[in-house]
Amino acid sequence: MRLIQTALAGTLESSDAQVMVENAGTGIELSIESDVINQYGRQIRETVLETLARLGVENARVRVIDKGALDCTLRARVECAVFRACRIEKDFPWGGVIR
Amino acid sequence: MKNAVNREIPDELLQNGRKPFMGSGYYEGTEYRKDAPSVRVREKSFETKLLPSIREAVQKCGVKDGMTVSFHHHFREGDYIINMVMKEIVALGIRDITIAASSVGAAHDPVAEYIEQGIVTGLQTSGIRGRIGEAVSHGKLKTPAVLRSHGGRVRAVERGEVHIDVAFIGAPTSDCYGNARGVGGKSDCGVLSYAMVDAKYADKVVVITDTLVDFPNFPPSIQAVDVDWVVVVDAIGDPKKIATKAARMSQDPRDLMMAEYCARVMAATPYFRDGFSFQTGVGGASLAANRFLESMLVEKNYKIKWIIGGITKPAVDLLNKGLVEMIVDAQDFDVDSVQSIRDNPRHYEISVSQYASPGNKGAFVNKLDFVILAALDVDPDFNVHGITGSDGVLRGAPGGHPDASAGAKCTIIVTPLVRGRMATICEHVVTVTTPGECVDVVVTDYGIAVNPKRQDLLASLREAGLPLKTIEELKDEAYHIAGVPDDLEFHERVVAIMEARDGTILDVVRQIKPMKL
Repeated sequence: MRLIQTALAGTLESSDAQVMVENAGTGIELSIESDVINQYGRQIRETVLETLARLGVENARVRVIDKGALDCTLRARVECAVFRACRIEKDFPWGGVIR
Repeated sequence: MKNAVNREIPDELLQNGRKPFMGSGYYEGTEYRKDAPSVRVREKSFETKLLPSIREAVQKCGVKDGMTVSFHHHFREGDYIINMVMKEIVALGIRDITIAASSVGAAHDPVAEYIEQGIVTGLQTSGIRGRIGEAVSHGKLKTPAVLRSHGGRVRAVERGEVHIDVAFIGAPTSDCYGNARGVGGKSDCGVLSYAMVDAKYADKVVVITDTLVDFPNFPPSIQAVDVDWVVVVDAIGDPKKIATKAARMSQDPRDLMMAEYCARVMAATPYFRDGFSFQTGVGGASLAANRFLESMLVEKNYKIKWIIGGITKPAVDLLNKGLVEMIVDAQDFDVDSVQSIRDNPRHYEISVSQYASPGNKGAFVNKLDFVILAALDVDPDFNVHGITGSDGVLRGAPGGHPDASAGAKCTIIVTPLVRGRMATICEHVVTVTTPGECVDVVVTDYGIAVNPKRQDLLASLREAGLPLKTIEELKDEAYHIAGVPDDLEFHERVVAIMEARDGTILDVVRQIKPMKL
C-alpha cells in the first residue's frame, strides 16, 4: 500500500496507543515511545512491523506512542492509521489483510 | 548466596553480622538491649526553647559532616520540612549527610540535586519516589539506599542499627517547650506516629511548627522532655497536599468486582466473626472492599473491634456508623480522618512501634485478623513487589505492607491481572518487598489464588463457591493476554538494599541499564 497523506489513529489513554504514519523515503522508519518499553518494547516493534508488512506498506515513517496497549490494540491502530493515510474509507478487506 | 525467598544476595553485603532473609520469625524470642540517645540536660528554670531560624537550630545541634538526620512523612507530598532543613545544612557547607526518613517523594526533588553533588551520601527510607528515586536508581547515591518497612524502620532505630544524630520533626502545633501535636494548626496531619521513635532515640530533637500555641500543648504526640529546640516557620507544608480530599469511592467495575471478592473471601474464613480486626491499604479496590464489608456486617450483626493503619474516610464512616468500636491510627490520609482523630474519642493515635515494629514485645499487627493490600506484581511463590516501576526505577513504598502481612491471620492481596499491559502475576517480580510466606490469598479480576500452605483457607473458599485458580493459572492467563515480558536489564552494582522487617536482607535493587530498542 502507498501512503498518500499523514494519518493518525488511537489515543493517549491508558491501555491504548497512538500511531502516526506518513509517507517518507525508502523503508520503514519506526520510533516507539512506551510506558512499558523495557518489558514489551521488542514485542511492540515486532507487532508493528508485522502489521505493516501484512498491509504491504514498504515505505513509511511510523511513530508509536504506546500507553500499555495489548497487541490486538496495536494492530488495530496501525491498520487504521495506514488505511487513513491511503485515503481508503470504505470496502475494507475484512478477513483479508485486516484480520 | 540465595536467601529464603530465593533471591541472590551478594556476599559483600553479608558482613558485620548482616544476614540474608531466613524466613519470618527468625528472631522470635531473642533478646537485645535497646539503643539510647544522649541527652543534654536542662536542669535549671528556663522560659523557652524557641530559636529564631532553622539555620540556628542546625548550628545549635552541632550538625556536622557524616551525620544522620531524620524526618517523618506525615505531610506526604505537601511537606516543606525536608527541603527547608537540607537547604540550611547544605548552605553551611556540611557534607556526607545520611537522610533517615520515614518516606521521601516528589516533594523532595531538590534532595536529588544534593545526592548528585555528593552532599547527601546515604538514604534510609520506607518509600522513595520522584527525582530521588531516579537518582538512586541511576547509581548517583554514594552508598546503597536502605529500604525498610514502617515497622522495620522503628526496629532499626530501637536496635541502634540506625543512630539518628538530629531529628527534625515538623509539627502542626507546638508549644515553646516542644510539646507537639498533629492537630490544632494550619496544616493538620492528624497524628505524628512516625516521628515518635525519632523523638525517643535521636541525640538532638528539633520541632518545627507554623502554629505556636500556649504551653502546655496537651495531650502531646511528641513530648517536650525529648525536644531540644523549637523553631517557628511561616509554613510547614501545603495543607491541601497534607490532608487531601477523601478519595471518591471507585466506580471502576473491575475494582468493584475485586472489592466484592475480597469481602466474600473474608466472610468465608473462620476469622469473620463478631469483634474481628481489620486493615486496608489505600488502593481503589482495597478501599472499595469497605463498602461490601458494611452490608455483610449489618447482615450478620457483627462489629469490627478495631481498625488499624493508614486511616481514610471509609474507616471513619464505619466508626461513625457504630460498625467499628475503635480506630488505632498511625497515619491519616484525608481531611475526614484528621477531623476524626481530633474529635472522636474512640479514634486513638499510636506510635509506629505499637503499630508494626517486629523489634518490641508485641505490636498491634500481630493481632490483626485481616489485611487487604495492593501489589505491583506477585510471583508464583506469592512474593509481592511494590517498590520499582515497570522500568526498574525506584518509585514506590514497602510502607506497612510487610508488617501487616506478617502479622495478619489472613493477608489478602488485591490486584488486577493486567495493569496497562503489565502482567501483575508474573514469573519474576522485580524486587521482593513482602515475602510470599506472609501472603495467604491473591484476588484478581480473573480469579482468586490461595497460597498452597493455607489448605484450610482453600477449603473454606471452595465451600463458599469463590472462583478459585492456582497462582500458575493466573500467571499463564496474564501472559496470554499481555505477552511474556522481557526481563529488565540491570548493572551489577547494588543501589538499594531491601531489608526484611527483621533487618535481614530480603532483596537488592540494582542500577538500571538504559533501554535501547
